[in-house]
Amino acid sequence: MREKDMTVATPHARTPGSPATHGNRGGGLLDPRQLLRSLPDALGKLDPRSLWRNPVMLIVEIGAAFTTVLAVAQPSVFAWAITAWLWLTVVFANLAEAVAEGRGRAQAAALRTARADTVATRLLDWTAGAAPGSYRTESVLAPHLRQGDIVVVEAGETIPGDGDVVDGIASVDESAITGESAPVIRESGGDRSAVTGGTKVLSDRIIVRITQKPGESFIDRMIALVEGANRQKTPNEIALNIMLAALTIIFLLAVVTLQPLAIFSNDFQAAAADSAAITDDGVTGIVLVALLVCLIPTTIGALLSAIGIAGMDRLVQRNVLAMSGRAVEAAGDVNTLLLDKTGTITLGNRQAAEFLAVEGVTAGQVADAAQLSSLADETPEGRSVVVLAKNEFGLREREPGLMPHATFVPFTAQTRMSGVDLTSGDGAPARRIRKGAAAAVMQWVRQHGGHPTEQVGQVVDEISGVGGTPLVVAEHVDGQPARALGVIHLKDVVKAGMRERFDEMRRMGIRTVMITGDNPRTAQAIADEAGVDDFLAEATPEDKLALIRTEQAGGRLVAMTGDGTNDAPALAQADVGVAMNTGTSAAKEAGNMIDLDSDPTKLIEIVEIGKQLLITRGALTTFSIANDIAKYFAIIPAMFAGLYPSLDVLNIMRLSGPESAILSAVIFNAIVIVALIPLALRGVRYRPAAASRLLRRNLLIYGLGGIIVPFLGIKLIDLLIQFVPGIS
Amino acid sequence: MTVLFIVSLVVALAAVHRPLGDYLYRVVCAERHSRVERGIYRLIGVNPAAEQSWGVYARAVLAFSAVSVLFLYAFLRLQNHLWLSLGFDPVVAHGAWNTAVSFVTNTNWQWYSGESTLGHLVQMAGLAVQNFVSAAVGIAVAVALVRGFARSRAGAVGNFWVDLTRITVRVLLPLSVLAALVLMIGGVVQNLSAGTEITTLTGGDQSITGGPVASQEAIKNLGTNGGGFYNVNSAHPFENPTAWTNWWEIFLLLVIPFSLPRVFGRMVGQVRQGHAIVAVMATLALASVALTTAFEVSGHGTVPQAVGAALEGKEVRFDVSNSATFAAATTLTSTGSVNSFHDSYTALGGGVLLVNMMLGEVAPGGVGAGLYGLLILAVITVFVAGLMVGRTPEYVGKKIGSREIKLASLYFLIPPALVLIGTAAAFATGNHRTALNAGPHGLSEVLYAFTSASNNNGSAFAGLTVNTPWWNTALGLCMLVGRFAPIILVLALAGALARQQPTPASPGTLPTHRPLFVGMVVGVTVVLVALTFLPALALGPLAEGL
Repeated sequence: MREKDMTVATPHARTPGSPATHGNRGGGLLDPRQLLRSLPDALGKLDPRSLWRNPVMLIVEIGAAFTTVLAVAQPSVFAWAITAWLWLTVVFANLAEAVAEGRGRAQAAALRTARADTVATRLLDWTAGAAPGSYRTESVLAPHLRQGDIVVVEAGETIPGDGDVVDGIASVDESAITGESAPVIRESGGDRSAVTGGTKVLSDRIIVRITQKPGESFIDRMIALVEGANRQKTPNEIALNIMLAALTIIFLLAVVTLQPLAIFSNDFQAAAADSAAITDDGVTGIVLVALLVCLIPTTIGALLSAIGIAGMDRLVQRNVLAMSGRAVEAAGDVNTLLLDKTGTITLGNRQAAEFLAVEGVTAGQVADAAQLSSLADETPEGRSVVVLAKNEFGLREREPGLMPHATFVPFTAQTRMSGVDLTSGDGAPARRIRKGAAAAVMQWVRQHGGHPTEQVGQVVDEISGVGGTPLVVAEHVDGQPARALGVIHLKDVVKAGMRERFDEMRRMGIRTVMITGDNPRTAQAIADEAGVDDFLAEATPEDKLALIRTEQAGGRLVAMTGDGTNDAPALAQADVGVAMNTGTSAAKEAGNMIDLDSDPTKLIEIVEIGKQLLITRGALTTFSIANDIAKYFAIIPAMFAGLYPSLDVLNIMRLSGPESAILSAVIFNAIVIVALIPLALRGVRYRPAAASRLLRRNLLIYGLGGIIVPFLGIKLIDLLIQFVPGIS
Repeated sequence: MTVLFIVSLVVALAAVHRPLGDYLYRVVCAERHSRVERGIYRLIGVNPAAEQSWGVYARAVLAFSAVSVLFLYAFLRLQNHLWLSLGFDPVVAHGAWNTAVSFVTNTNWQWYSGESTLGHLVQMAGLAVQNFVSAAVGIAVAVALVRGFARSRAGAVGNFWVDLTRITVRVLLPLSVLAALVLMIGGVVQNLSAGTEITTLTGGDQSITGGPVASQEAIKNLGTNGGGFYNVNSAHPFENPTAWTNWWEIFLLLVIPFSLPRVFGRMVGQVRQGHAIVAVMATLALASVALTTAFEVSGHGTVPQAVGAALEGKEVRFDVSNSATFAAATTLTSTGSVNSFHDSYTALGGGVLLVNMMLGEVAPGGVGAGLYGLLILAVITVFVAGLMVGRTPEYVGKKIGSREIKLASLYFLIPPALVLIGTAAAFATGNHRTALNAGPHGLSEVLYAFTSASNNNGSAFAGLTVNTPWWNTALGLCMLVGRFAPIILVLALAGALARQQPTPASPGTLPTHRPLFVGMVVGVTVVLVALTFLPALALGPLAEGL
């Protein structure tokens, strides 16, 4: 059983406070202490050099600096209150980013302990198959290993770097990176040859060829990823930033160009008394900055990078490493999912589903014979025959060792059948039972004087027709012609809940394609049962690659999982290629995500996380823009009702006074950032649904909500602060 | 009456937009060239089969327009040496610059009064020619953008010279002949008279200038140009004699802008996408007409209340609602012809006209310019909303990535920037003093001038003397930048979109043809565009009218 939930304490050493130990996969709960811990980081980010990447918040900071100067020159409660809240707006924005980064940092710290420098034993002049003694060994520090070096790792030692096993087989504890304590087998050749630096060999001895460059190990990359160091902005994030910058420029212009108009209007209404908002010199600098900050999209500007970091973090919590943010976004855009049948859609192996007897034989007899012949068969198929016989006919499992007269005949590729020979030890005639592929068993029956009835052929065809695998059971009792007893129906067992999953995918507009090595008939049957949209039967790696190219040529984005070296080209071609951690290093290099749990079903979750990331950005952008309406209604009358009393009609919130109105809008603007940090980190709730339904729902919550909430919030703040002396 | 007038317009437009849109679609997508067109291509040395990349297309637009500006400028400066000058002097330098730019940019802002400044030859061979080709340029650019949406992995967005020629020869010329004939039947004059001396009822002498009015009038409205033959434009009885010619003129200025979304729908192969665009235009337009009419009918003030409506500045042969509908239509379409004086509208009614232009001339906007402006707004809406369905935003199959949004955002930035900077500059430099009124109404007059010029509308609020070097130069700059900077961005966007391969639609794709999306585009237009101007509006129409 795979420990999907990672609740077991592992050497991964999840630090207290990190979300995983709470079993809270969404990671939505925001611990107030976490805010406090991130405060120093947030203050450090006030440095304009780190803020220039975020133009919206940079403008707020410049505005805050400007009002500070004005407040020093002409101090008043109002001026200082506005200044303080403008600085808080910037700090809150930094806090959002710092909290998001802080979560990754805890994980990185745990990973660093696994990177502790180890001493490697390097082999010189080693060639494959060389006898011990024919090559020299030397000790070298792990960081000094280069690509292509050959090292030997004994039981109990830590593997010094990423590489491929070139000789030997060993059980390896990979919990340092996967958090999973069960050891895994790594052996030379095939698809289980990749080993990761920092993991530990538990038994045996392997020779490893190092494939990483110094300082670029898997763990190094993991640390960089979870820390968010050299985080690149993703394409959508860049696009959104451009639009936010454009909006900021428009509002900057609207505010700056307001001044000559205000001076003109003030001259016209020369009798109007000066107010905190407007004097003979026009609108005061403090109020202009306040108006600007309230209009520019600070909410989304403040939370944008936190949303991105948190999105990556959500993947890490599910034990998926995305090599780039671009891949996470692409996951949200995926149109076609290629899913391997085995392990993703079906349980790993075929299982016995039914015993079908021929005329003159009872199903119980078939079950009995089948069970006898399978007692020594340790393959999952064999075990399932024994279990089915027990469940359906109450046939007790017999221990092969307790049957002295039985000789078990193992399956070979030549005979294509297995079975048991029971000698006539207790007086009964000797009896031989065989089970296996229909053609092979029928031939065996004929060789032993039997004539299999046509009925067997019919049953075999029927089972093949529904995509199952028929195993014919036959017996040969001494002195009688051999006869076929019946057929075992082996079938692929589709995992529970897959059909619902695929229905969801269809509603989301994602096409699912099952990839299988089975023949088209079998594939069709499983595809129908699982509810996938399409299948690729008798698939070779070339077929897979060709399928991906065809889909992409039609403008569709493709996601797939893979683990073998022969999957590497397809993984590289796919827009989202998830490599299994158990796979080869070639596969891991080719994919743009790695699933540490090696669970192919994870692809579906990855798509959902990608979508959630984009939705969160869109929802908060909409919210941020919708907020402006209420802020206009708060600030415009506050600024100009002194000049033109009729403009007080626009004060629909009936705010208590101009200072209080402007300050309330600024405070709301700052507080809403903190209030939305949990949402930014957790992501907007996502349920698979058609785009039109998602849009309607999110528009209602974040669009309409974005219009209404600030009216309520600003009014509420105004009710509180009107009692502050010097404000109203 | 009001309702009947508006309903009959809606019905007529609904009936005509489909066949006209289909015809326009066939014109711009046709494979064959007529003999006249082949002659023109040979004359200007163009290979009509060669397609242009967006950059070449943009250079062609700019080169053509630059030549047009220079030609028109020279024409205006030298008119006294030419035929049919009616003895008028050459136009002053800053005025000639302003007028040359004004007519080439399809703005038709007029600082002068036509009948007492320009001869017939300039009117016909200079201004009227630009009325045709500037309108054709607008449609050509819009068609190039639509090709960007419609094409897949294409490097080219069409051939500007072919688009320009076809739209002029096959669409604008025949339609204006038809429109002019109808106007002549309605009583609009069409001659080359230098003026008729008459004795008025009171015994005074008056010279009444005749001229090729009907032909000018037809393309003035059809091409959403708006430059009137007479100073008082469509309020003049020779330009717009009766209530039904008034109806016909409103119909003419709305008909092409409302038909172009059909071309979009046909070209992208989804007619319903065109319907959605029409629905956005119609929603904004109807709301605007209703608001203008309501404010005019229920105007504050002693006189309006005594006579039942705000009648100052309106022709009595058109009632209040016909004037208000014309005013809304002309400001919504970047036409700028007027049949009443917007300065005399109620503060809020005039404010609505101002907002109509501030929306960026998209409801339905100028010929071509309205469609590409609204498509830009749709792109921005898709970008915000598309993220909310969990995908990289797409519009009719094309992804809206950073390059696309960069171009759309810049487009969206230019007109407000010009309006705001221009208005602030007028006040900061003291040039606002040429406004007739002080206080909020004076502020509206200045704001209106820059809004009209930057959005290439061309209607004047009046009440502002703009025949000064500063005003003519500044407004000329606003018209020039406000026209061609967006056009370059639109063509660049067309190029970026044409290169893309479309993504097939699925249930996961944001539907952009449903009422919800229509509502969102309306919302984005109102919230993002109109609200930008709210501080300025508060000191103008709102301060005056509330």
